[in-house]
This record gives sequence, structure tokens and C-alpha cells, in this order.
Amino acid sequence: MNRIRRNLFGLAAALLVGLPGAHAEDRFITVASTTSTEQSGLFTHLLPIYVQKTGVQIRVVALGTGQALDTARRGDADVVFVHDKNAEEKFIGEGYGVERKEVMYNDFVLIGPKDDPAKAAGKDILDGLRKVELAKAPFVSRGDKSGTHAAELRYWKAAAVDLERAKGPWYKETGSGMGPALNTASSMNAYILADRGTWLNFKNRGDLKVLVEGDTRLFNQYGVILVNPAKHPHVKKELGQQFIDWLVSDEGQKAIAEYKIGGEQLFFPNAKKP
Amino acid sequence: MSTLSEGFSTAFGLMAGFDARLLGIVGLSLRVSLTAVFFGSLIGLPLGASVAVGRFAGRAPVTVLLNAFIGLPAVVVGLLVYLLLSRAGPLGEFGLLFTPAAMVVAQTVLITPLIAAFTRQIVADAWREYREQLKSLGASAGRAAFTLLVDTRFSLVTVVLAAFGRAIAEVGAVMIVGGNIDGVTRVMTTTIALETSKGDLPLALALGIILVGIVIIVNAAAHATRQLAQRRYG
Repeated sequence: MNRIRRNLFGLAAALLVGLPGAHAEDRFITVASTTSTEQSGLFTHLLPIYVQKTGVQIRVVALGTGQALDTARRGDADVVFVHDKNAEEKFIGEGYGVERKEVMYNDFVLIGPKDDPAKAAGKDILDGLRKVELAKAPFVSRGDKSGTHAAELRYWKAAAVDLERAKGPWYKETGSGMGPALNTASSMNAYILADRGTWLNFKNRGDLKVLVEGDTRLFNQYGVILVNPAKHPHVKKELGQQFIDWLVSDEGQKAIAEYKIGGEQLFFPNAKKP
Repeated sequence: MSTLSEGFSTAFGLMAGFDARLLGIVGLSLRVSLTAVFFGSLIGLPLGASVAVGRFAGRAPVTVLLNAFIGLPAVVVGLLVYLLLSRAGPLGEFGLLFTPAAMVVAQTVLITPLIAAFTRQIVADAWREYREQLKSLGASAGRAAFTLLVDTRFSLVTVVLAAFGRAIAEVGAVMIVGGNIDGVTRVMTTTIALETSKGDLPLALALGIILVGIVIIVNAAAHATRQLAQRRYG
């Protein structure tokens, strides 16, 4: 009986020690970021460069912008890297963030069926959305308070479409990330607003293609914020700041510009010179 | 080629190539779920056995609760453990969120009721059969529970295997408390969810096929051990 007990404790200890991260060294930071940066493959390109340079591991938790900011509010991240300026400024206004730095932008595109039944194709996103609504053509919305969802709602508003009144079976709120929403749109042959990065990296396209692009209103700015150590004392201030400084440095900006899929650049660095 | 057949050929390609990243992900899946099964059994087996043989007030409601919690939604367990381990939560100071340890905690919470509930049923059935005998030998309740656990061990293996199956197959809890961090908390199921998100359905399916394969191997190993043990000690 005693021997069994001793063996059990030994086994428990061995299992715990064998788990990485249970007592890993502290040279890492946690970054709450968005599904678009993860699913577009940007981090897979960027992080190895940074790790090789500094030895600091970047642990990315990919969520929607709203959820990423909430995770940071609870103190569960050191840095947020998201794309919804209004929400980011609110986050800083509440005292949770130190300073917002602009890093890069990409753009949104309106995706829809190749034969474009609503005739939404063109250079004007507001016009395109109005036509989708007019035709009551199926449209898939993220509906998850992500940065892309916030942008979509802004465009509907700017297009003078009162979504609350216009909502019907044609407008489908999926409450899911960019990829799952694209999967839904692909299977229903629906229109959808997506970030270009996720779209370019997305494989299950079915009969969908880009219909509206290049409208300056579609630019999508990413910002990076250090979580305020005054609110959450355990925030790794130095390591977090180091990562932010690298992102906006010439070297970091160059690394962002170099990320391409099929020869197409996904993110355009635009950090302000210090 | 259809997505299905592409999934199978991708799966074979991945397995034949011994992809290092895939091995890491499979290894983490196994470590996390086996550790959770270990702790779940450590708590669940004695708990189930004592509820079966013990005579105490509130035994009926405890039984009902254990049975009900077999069906705990993984995502709810994930959310609860997240709130507990979050920096803003009661156990926040340990910094366990987004680590494999957090995933072990979540899966342990998920499967302990399952192990306890089925153990209670199996031991209670054996208790009905051997009660008089054990009592005449003057066994205490604790002693009786232990004896019955040992006696029903072959049936309990199935219970533990079911718990392992539930742990390694769930995605809702580990996604929330682990965060699906590449190289740190990315396991089979969260990888499958991520690849599905990317629209790479053949790769997602291939990973799913491998996951099912692993579960079959673990079950086969348990079955073989049981056969062997039964023949030797049965």
C-alpha cells in the first residue's frame, strides 16, 4: 500500500515536471492579438526572426480584437496587437494601456460570388454594400465584436443602411472568427467583408472572389499597446516594450513588408518615425 | 480529388514524414490528457467508491450531481477555469493561464465527475454482491471501498479509457485556457480548429484522422494489457 502510494506520487511529479511551461524560464511575453494576424500567417513569418534576434519567446493568443482587449484588461497579456482604433483608445482611456503605436495597415475587401448577383463589384465599398442590401443577397457577418466586425458596422452606417431595420434572413451573424465566417460564406455563396490577409491565406474559397477593393476607406490600421504595469504589476514591462520597439523599428517594419503570399504583400508598415 | 480522399492522403503523408512539429503537438496532447486522466483517477476513483459504500446524509444528491456532471460542457469548464486562473481571478498570482498546466486543470475538472460517477455505479453493484461477506470480515467502509476498487479494476479500466477519450477529444476548454499558442499550448484539437479556420480542410481532416488513430492505439494497448493481466491474475 505504501509502495503504491510512493509510486503514485513519483508518477505525478514526473508528469508535472514533464509539462513544458509549468516552470519554464521567464523569457517570454504573452501577446493578445487578432485572428487576422494569426490566420494570415504573419506571426509565423515574424516571430522566428524576433526570437532569433533576442531569444525572447512571443506567445500569441489569437482572439477577436474585442476579446483580445478584454484579455489584457484582466491582466492576462503583456502586449495587445489589434486593429480597432476606437476600442484601442477607449482601452487606453480606461488606464489599461500605456501608449498606442501604429504599426502597419492592411485592407479589407468585399468578397462575394463570382457571378455577383447583387452587382456589388467596383471601387466603392459603400456603394457595394448598398447593392447587397438592395438585392437582399446573402451576407455573412462576423458578429463577434472583432475589429473586422466593428469596421463592417461602420461601413453599413456610412452607407446609410439602417441594419436594425434592414436585417433579415439575408444577413447572417455567425459570431465566429474570420476563417469560420469565410467557410460559412463559401458554403452559402454569400457576400462577406474580410481582411485581405486571411483571404489570401484561405484555401476553401469555393466560388468566391474579391469584388470591391482599393477604396481608401477600406484601410485597416493595426496598433500595438503595452498593458499598463500600474494596473497589472506582473506585466513584463521591459520585454513587452522591447517587442513594441522592434515592431516599429526599421528592422521590424522591413520584416513586416517582406511577408508575402503568392507575391502579394499583405501588411504595409506605417509606423511613425520616433 | 475530394476533400475526404485528400484528407486521407495528407494524413499518410504527415505520418510517413514524421513531421517534427506534428510530433510535438501529438506529444503535448498525450501528455496533457494523460496527466489529466491521472489526476482525475486519483480523485474520481476513491470519490466514486466512497459514495458507493459510504452511508452519509446527502448521498443521493451527490450521486445525482456526479451523474449530471458527466455531461459538463467543455466550454463552460474552460470558462470557469479561465476565470479562476486569470490574473484578475482568485488563482491569478500563479500565472498558470495559457500554460499546459492550465489545460491539465481544465481537463481534470472535465473528467473527474465522469470517472467518479461510473466508478460509483460499478462499485455499488459489487457492494451489493459482497456486502455481507465484507461485513462479516469486519472491513471498515474505507477498507471495503479499497477492496472493491481492486476487485472491479478491469471494469474501471474502461471508465478511465472513456475519460481519456473525452479529455483528448475536447477542444472547448483547452482553447480557452490554453490559448492555442504555437509551440506552447497547441494540441491536436486546437490545431484542427485552427486549420479549419484557415479553410485548409484536407489538413484539418488529416489531423483528425491521426487523432482518432492515436485514440485507437491507446485503447488497443489498454485492451492488450487487460487481457494479459486477466489471464495472469484474473
